[in-house]
Amino acid sequence: MSLDRRSFLGLGAAALAGVAITPGLRLIELVQARSPEEAASALRRWGLLIDTARCTDCEVCVTACHTENGITGHGRPATDAQWIRKVTLSDKRTGHAQTLPLMCQHCEHPPCVDVCPTGASFKRADGIVLVDKHTCIGCRYCVMACPYGARSFIHETVTGQKPDVPRGKGTVESCTLCVHRIDRDGQPACVEACTTDGGKAMVFGDLNDGAGELHQRLRREPAIQLRADLALNTGVRYQGL
Amino acid sequence: MATRHYSEIDGRSSGFFALLALLAIMVAGGFGGAWYMEHNGHYVTGMSNRIVWGVPHVFAVFLIVAASGALNVASIASVFGRELYKPLARLSGVLSITLLAGGLAVLVLDLGRPERLIVAMTHYNFKSIFAWNIFLYTGFFAIVAAYLWVMLERRMNAYSKPLGLLAFLWRLILTTGTGSIFGFLVARESYDSALYAPLFIIMSFAFGLAIFILVLMAACGGARRPLGDAIVARLTTLLGQFVAVVMYFVLVYHLTNLYFTGRHDFERFILVDGGVYTALFWLGQVLIGGILPLALLFHPVWSRSRRAVAAASICVIVGGLAQIYVIIIGGQAYPLAIFPGKEVASRIFDGVIATYAPTLPEVALGVSGIALALVLTAVALKVLPLLPRSLADRDVAAVPPGNA
Repeated sequence: MSLDRRSFLGLGAAALAGVAITPGLRLIELVQARSPEEAASALRRWGLLIDTARCTDCEVCVTACHTENGITGHGRPATDAQWIRKVTLSDKRTGHAQTLPLMCQHCEHPPCVDVCPTGASFKRADGIVLVDKHTCIGCRYCVMACPYGARSFIHETVTGQKPDVPRGKGTVESCTLCVHRIDRDGQPACVEACTTDGGKAMVFGDLNDGAGELHQRLRREPAIQLRADLALNTGVRYQGL
Repeated sequence: MATRHYSEIDGRSSGFFALLALLAIMVAGGFGGAWYMEHNGHYVTGMSNRIVWGVPHVFAVFLIVAASGALNVASIASVFGRELYKPLARLSGVLSITLLAGGLAVLVLDLGRPERLIVAMTHYNFKSIFAWNIFLYTGFFAIVAAYLWVMLERRMNAYSKPLGLLAFLWRLILTTGTGSIFGFLVARESYDSALYAPLFIIMSFAFGLAIFILVLMAACGGARRPLGDAIVARLTTLLGQFVAVVMYFVLVYHLTNLYFTGRHDFERFILVDGGVYTALFWLGQVLIGGILPLALLFHPVWSRSRRAVAAASICVIVGGLAQIYVIIIGGQAYPLAIFPGKEVASRIFDGVIATYAPTLPEVALGVSGIALALVLTAVALKVLPLLPRSLADRDVAAVPPGNA
């Protein structure tokens, strides 16, 4: 096939337009993301509500979390990372059984942040508790301090990391509340999976947003914090316990 | 006026070099273990997400606690003006530095990212007792080094009292900090007690003195320098008193927990049905670390035997390691009480006693801390005039007060 001058110019112009527009489309995506200044505001306090009455025997939240965050095990449950786990409870006297997901409770006063010598464990202004993988020295004092057993020490080399979720052998990690999704106006993978494939037991939202479902539910219905005696003011609340 | 003469040990015997070689092999073994752990990740140890601090921490905490206690002999001489202890002050100071170095080496090499030590030195969270400890440890090195210098340099001897006082206060704060690493852990029933600070201080007195007695006997024996009964008898009584006070604090700690209904299950775990932890508590901590040394040290006849005193010191060390094992590993093995009144189960061992079996690399790393402390002490004895030429009763008594 031969190309005449007119077609060549036409195709060339189209290709040029494509090259010019594509980064623009990428820019639209970036513009829609929050700028660094407003990335995390103390006006917001992200949290979860878990309704144990709706929580079924499934593990879709665990699977979704570990797929989203690239958490793969080595078949060694004692040392493999576990950001979220299903816990089964039975009352010691009556035998009443329940199941629920347990993860980082994103405390307002996190003991892990208090004890971290380098400040690698930190709380964002919007209440999400994270670990800075560049300054974590792997001392594991935060694992000792967490009342919920929510943290994992990375015991071996990690592979298949997700670009949004940096990880590293010799450091500590835990649930990030899918901070990379929240910063793009999404919700945590566990909540999404529970809503679509599970018992619709999890509600994500801004505890400070009076119009939001999370705030509304917590205003209308009773809910508790785990280890409320420690006065940590957790971001994750439970119903039906 | 009679003056006391210190000198370096000869350190040219084949026995001395054999000792150095043996210790060097142990240190190399520990470094090898640390390299293996760092290279593969901590899964090659017995540690897990439930037992995050294992045997290396047991040895590291033991050595750090013992380090501040080893300084006691110097403090008694400088701060409390007891003349009998003055000739021992230099060795006491050096031993406190070398034990701390051994303990910190183990602690750092057990980090997930030991190469990030520089991060720990440049990024601080001052609400963390760990961050405070970094200052307390480095400050301890600096203060004790200065204290040693004013003891070694005759012109500066006058400053040994104020510096000795500073070192004494610093070591009390340091051990308060070490104990508070556990005392400040609010979430765990095994910790969360202000008693950990004074308990660790008195543990440091006992462990540090036990190591000091053994090193003193070995150094005097190896260098063929007389060691009189007066000094040994005094150290014997002191060690017995420290051991008794450790047992008192342990008793108060457990009595308090036994009074709190919420902590009965934890006490049952440690005292009755905790398997290896119960065995280590009763046989290691109480029998070997407490009752046996008390019997040896206060017995009217046995306490006059050097062998019995040495055996008692070894018992205090073995019992001390058992005690710290029970505190650190037993405390973690007991499950977190997240859901009171409920039976809890999960894939990652919620609600059950965590298992822990130490592996060779981590044991090698832990033991190498002791070896490192001893090899540094041996070298220091060879290059610095730390040991008096005679500690015989007549020489110790003959020196007038103030002549250190």
